[in-house]
Amino acid sequence: MRKRTSSPWDESRRVKRQPLIDFGFAEDISAIPGGERLRDCIQCGTCSAVCPMSAYMDYTPRRLIAMTRAGMKDEVLGSFSIWVCASCYACTAACPKQIPITDMMYALKRTAIHEGVHPKRFATPVLAKEFVHSVDRWGRNTESRLAASLYLKTRPMLLLEDAPLGGRLRRRGRMGLRRESIRHRAQFKRMLQSVESGSRRAGAANGNADAGSEGTS
Amino acid sequence: MSYAYYPGCSLKGSANPYEQSLLAVCERLGVGLDELDDWNCCGATAYWAVDQMKAFAMTVRNLALAEAAERGSVQVDLMAPCGGCYMMLLKSQRYLKEHQSVAGTVEDALEAAGLHYDGHVRVRHPLDVFVNDIGLERIADAVSRPLSGLKVASYYGCLLVRPYATFDDQHEPTSMDRLMAALGAEPIDWPLKTRCCGGSCCGGPLIGTIREAGLRLISDLLQEAKRRGADVLVTACPLCQFNLEFFQERAGREFGKPVELTVGFFTQILGLALGLDERSLGIQRMLRWQLPELAAAAVGGAHVHA
Repeated sequence: MRKRTSSPWDESRRVKRQPLIDFGFAEDISAIPGGERLRDCIQCGTCSAVCPMSAYMDYTPRRLIAMTRAGMKDEVLGSFSIWVCASCYACTAACPKQIPITDMMYALKRTAIHEGVHPKRFATPVLAKEFVHSVDRWGRNTESRLAASLYLKTRPMLLLEDAPLGGRLRRRGRMGLRRESIRHRAQFKRMLQSVESGSRRAGAANGNADAGSEGTS
Repeated sequence: MSYAYYPGCSLKGSANPYEQSLLAVCERLGVGLDELDDWNCCGATAYWAVDQMKAFAMTVRNLALAEAAERGSVQVDLMAPCGGCYMMLLKSQRYLKEHQSVAGTVEDALEAAGLHYDGHVRVRHPLDVFVNDIGLERIADAVSRPLSGLKVASYYGCLLVRPYATFDDQHEPTSMDRLMAALGAEPIDWPLKTRCCGGSCCGGPLIGTIREAGLRLISDLLQEAKRRGADVLVTACPLCQFNLEFFQERAGREFGKPVELTVGFFTQILGLALGLDERSLGIQRMLRWQLPELAAAAVGGAHVHA
């Protein structure tokens, strides 16, 4: 058993005073389609039990839901958990109250990216942004190029370690460098712009507040 | 029998053996595939973490294109072999139906692109098509090299059967096991059929986002399949296949438990049973491929009807 590094009572944890609680937070997150079910959570912990990533999270999904409902916005958005979520939908499939927990995780990720509180070199948000950047522009993702930019932006040293495997893939014809793209890029762009202007009209509804600011650089 | 075909980005990249074997198998079984012209990315999981409405719009663009290509048809069947694409397409359909806000935004967005979607597309995974449209009896009849003695771990991965798919059970899927049995192979009984492969942690074809955690999931899956006697782990998703093959050695090293297991696409195993040669199934492109000696081609097939 690993030795506990701090006392069971984490001294940095304080009792929440009213000014530290964001009463609108739960409402913002439950504004996503299906998000109203967040109110139905009975805190049974089934989500945390089936989650393959729980062991790597600072707050399990059940706790995140409780904290979200309690308005603990800073702790929730600053948590490691939302980036550890693998979006595998095990929780959503198992939830006895049919809460779209995976979608709630997405909403938390969007809000964190929008508010700029995600860890800078942590790969999940970087991946999301790079991916969106490429898809917005070309309509498709080119795996090899996305991988290259991720290596460089997050863990350049890992590139050295993985290079031989990458070489094997390349020799077997499974890693093309050619850019994948759709033909009707202008049409595609008009479509995305329409969503953007629509969500500006609707304000921050549907957890989509960041529509204009992300991935269109 | 003919389907519109939505390959997705991975099948044009690291999962090209999946596309190759799928096309070869479909040709052999007389299934026509018509690649959707100018299809775009489904949004995968990453786009949903940045902008959900745009993700809905771009996913539905594919449905609109499929509908336009088959104008006049009451229903268009669109085949999506990637677990990620398949799930994202199903998810978009569900949200269009159930949430007015999504439907409105998507309709406006499509209109801006000169497109329209009426809701006539049915999204299908090839596993669903093989088992439910073609049928196991017909497939068993077409088998020319029964895979007798081959122990197979059917691995469905996370997105293929949950939470929106209707062709199989979310918690205990069986269609791939039944297909493998129809080929004469022996599906092993194991509990990790739908457990996450860690692809989005090791990053599938990408760099690890949380590699340490991903390697643990990979190791768990491979060890368990091996422990229960599997000769091959069979997947129906490009990300699972890549992840379990590419990081296999690393996962073994990380936990001091080396494991060697061939990880193939279910279409490759199906192709072998149908008597197709390895090259046409993209097997020479796999990083690791070692199966026990299969019986020589026999006429007639296994006739194992599930």
